[in-house]
Amino acid sequence: MRPFAYERAADARSAVAARAAGAADGAGAVYLGGGTNLVDLMRLGVVSPGVLVDVTRLPSDGVEETAGGGLLIGAAMRNSDLAAHPLVRRRYPMLTQAVVAGASGQIRNMATVGGNLLQRTRCSYFQDVTKPCNKRAPGSGCPARNGDHRNLAVIGQSEACVATHPSDMAVPLAALGAVVHIEGPGGARQVPMPGLHRLPGDTPERDTVLEPGDLITAVELPPLPFAARSRYRKVRDRASFAFAVVSVAAALDVEDGMVKDCRIALGGVAHIPWRAERAESALRGSPATEAAFAQAAAEELAQATPLPHNAFKVPLARNVVVRTLLDLVEAS
Amino acid sequence: MNGEGNSGPVFADPITADIMLSVNGDEHSVAVDTRETLLDTLREHLDLIGAKKGCDHGQCGACTVLVDGRRVKSCLTLTVTVDDREITTVEGLAADGALHPMQAAFVERDAFQCGYCTPGQLCSAVAVVREVADGWPSAVTPDVSGPVSLDDDEIRERMSGNLCRCGAYVNIVAAIRQVGA
Repeated sequence: MRPFAYERAADARSAVAARAAGAADGAGAVYLGGGTNLVDLMRLGVVSPGVLVDVTRLPSDGVEETAGGGLLIGAAMRNSDLAAHPLVRRRYPMLTQAVVAGASGQIRNMATVGGNLLQRTRCSYFQDVTKPCNKRAPGSGCPARNGDHRNLAVIGQSEACVATHPSDMAVPLAALGAVVHIEGPGGARQVPMPGLHRLPGDTPERDTVLEPGDLITAVELPPLPFAARSRYRKVRDRASFAFAVVSVAAALDVEDGMVKDCRIALGGVAHIPWRAERAESALRGSPATEAAFAQAAAEELAQATPLPHNAFKVPLARNVVVRTLLDLVEAS
Repeated sequence: MNGEGNSGPVFADPITADIMLSVNGDEHSVAVDTRETLLDTLREHLDLIGAKKGCDHGQCGACTVLVDGRRVKSCLTLTVTVDDREITTVEGLAADGALHPMQAAFVERDAFQCGYCTPGQLCSAVAVVREVADGWPSAVTPDVSGPVSLDDDEIRERMSGNLCRCGAYVNIVAAIRQVGA
């Protein structure tokens, strides 16, 4: 591992300044959250920054209520604290379910909200510096396309990259249209999910729309009363401590047997947490029945372009969407 | 170390930091390479070799220790990040010569075979009992907005970050149930 300087930032502004100073020296300065992904990637040689700016001590590490019934989550909040927060559990249960479905208890104690959003793909070629990878080494090629891609993307991928975004937490955030608060060299701005992450296209080295030096300071959950009835369902290769093969976050507002409103997002299927807008449109105003759910899921997944070894994800995603929505109807 | 005519790789000098580390109630003054993990500092500098290096990638849990009472993977924790924290390793669980109740339960229930994962299992298990007492939900909690109790499914889910290649899981669950349920 390349030697690096370590700095601990007390607030967002000084973090951005410290990172900029490191970058100006040509050292390759990055922010350090819980380190559960970054430290491993440094050890593997995937990334080798010269300066680490520790942003885990920023004061924004809790949950505040916003006007109208939403929540503002500090980016330095640990994943386990987010999942256990009473207001998150009550107002957005799918968010708690998604967070506790991710990683292990130890890692959730370390990982921050900002870091969770910015974790890198677990595509095995990305993590193996002896292999080509367009995300790690642009232009070097993508062995996954003709190699091991069983766990990779089936929707929105490109010729250059078929990686998936690994976060569970990001899936309900995409469904909720959570707003990501950013402090950067150019000032403060906000980006609504799922717009933080980007499809790979021909520049898969960029996971997000963030510019160099941008720091996530908070994630704002908009008020959404019907999200009190929401659910996260994750399918994985073992019962615990595994990334999603396919996951679904869904919230459903049903009145007199009709879908008044809904939110649906998919994990494990794309380079981004995939907001199922086509399925949502199809469902609004339709009966809350298994047939309608299946039809809506099929419309969403008609866009899928799976590879030979992950085609199973398409019917799996359809079935998980239907099952999750039916669970929500039955729970009401 | 490159001699004349040696064209081997040139490495930048390490960057070190002089820090105080509080471990099991003792203060230690240590000079650490910024790249050093807490696991390596404990084992190589402080001779606390209870925490084990299994995978060194955060996947096996053998390196689990408590930082401010919370379980973490010491193999993914940079030592410079915890200079103002209170660290507890398996060596710090026993008090006044008496085993921690979790350690006693592991002995009583025969919850290990080779013992390599045991320090991590113990630190993790102690934290699990506290997390449940604090009402933290898990992935198998039926209603995450409701209360939490420590049954066998909850123990298995919450301990999934600690692997045991001997397969002592059945007795590990029994030991944790004895202490925490």
